[in-house]
Amino acid sequence: MYLTAAFEPMNFVDNLRYMGLGMLGIFAVIGVIMLLTVVLNAVTKPKDDRDDKKQ
Amino acid sequence: MEVLYQNLLNLDWRMIVMWAIGGILIWLAIKKDMEPTLLLPMGFGAILVNLPLSGAVSHYLSDGSLDGEAGPLSVLYDAGIANELFPLILFIGIGAMIDFGPLLSNPVLMLFGAAAQFGIFFTLCTASMFFDLKDAASIAVIGAADGPTSIVVGQKLQSGYIGAIMVAAYSYMALVPIIQPPIIKLLTTKKERMIRMEYTQKPVSKTTRILFPICITIIAGLIAPASVALVGFLMFGNLIRECGVMDSLSETAQKVLANLVTIFLGITIASQMQADKFLQLNTLLILGLGLVAFIFDTAGGVIFAKILNLFLKKKINPMIGAAGISAFPMSGRVVHKMALKEDPTNFILMQATGVNVSGQIASVIAGGLILSFFLH
Repeated sequence: MYLTAAFEPMNFVDNLRYMGLGMLGIFAVIGVIMLLTVVLNAVTKPKDDRDDKKQ
Repeated sequence: MEVLYQNLLNLDWRMIVMWAIGGILIWLAIKKDMEPTLLLPMGFGAILVNLPLSGAVSHYLSDGSLDGEAGPLSVLYDAGIANELFPLILFIGIGAMIDFGPLLSNPVLMLFGAAAQFGIFFTLCTASMFFDLKDAASIAVIGAADGPTSIVVGQKLQSGYIGAIMVAAYSYMALVPIIQPPIIKLLTTKKERMIRMEYTQKPVSKTTRILFPICITIIAGLIAPASVALVGFLMFGNLIRECGVMDSLSETAQKVLANLVTIFLGITIASQMQADKFLQLNTLLILGLGLVAFIFDTAGGVIFAKILNLFLKKKINPMIGAAGISAFPMSGRVVHKMALKEDPTNFILMQATGVNVSGQIASVIAGGLILSFFLH
């Protein structure tokens, strides 16, 4: 059994930007999908439902 | 007479260790009912490929040329995993199984799926202390709690540790009921775990259900094109389910197709569990990092819910954040059971399932983002 990996603690700090970018990216994409779902729900709401609200 | 014992001389202690590992996987599958469809073929395969000069896998000479005939498991690996075909086909089945209804009814739940991907990016930084960035990224995606995504990302980034990554991804998915509860308990008070959440099922039109998978594919394809196959196959499966005119295909995708691929996937993954490749300290390190990813995914979801509670009038049960880890449908059920344990009249299954399903989408997007960062 052997370990080929070297230990470079500073890499954690150097790669924190990927954590920031990744989390930002995922919230951005999910945000877009969320908005789209809200719009889809609003646009395709069954007619009876809309009529009920009007009354 | 010599023929009978000649091969015994090729037996290595590491092979026996792998038999034990295979035995443990089979035991977990049968006795503990943990992901038996995957752990059982993997366990049996681990024994099969670790018999001396096993004919189930290919053997190579020192110059890299094939020694004799190609082994069937190596052929299956090249045909179905090296080119990512099996995990993608499995995604059609998974897509056909998923009901996005609870999520479409409460789109806000999607945020928890995003938050629970924190473990992936935290593990990326942690793994980068030990491995080069592409391997670290492949290891981090174990935190997607989604085997097909781990395989596709690992293969596309050409990780040298794909065997350990696949085993870790599927083993931890099976261990979700053991890993998540202590983390959730550590991060929440009893009072928080007893928070009741009203569930109002808003009607979701058939048009929305049909347009949703198509739109998600377009959005994911535009933002993270490398992940479009993953998202696309998942959403194609879901479209088959929701369109209403392909019921028989939907049923086939959910049952026969998913089962067939799973049988081959499990035993083919085992072809990467040969003792000389698998029994390295690197493997242990990868298993440890996979656990870190699962722990921080769970923590990310729970802590995000707790932060939201600081601003909300109607409090959220923070446990539902943990279901964003993906691992569909297990983590949703784990959270629901924990809520019932605290208060037998508190039902949060629908919310937990909605978050769980959003985790499935978010984990694929996270895999796509990782590919966008590192696939050059």
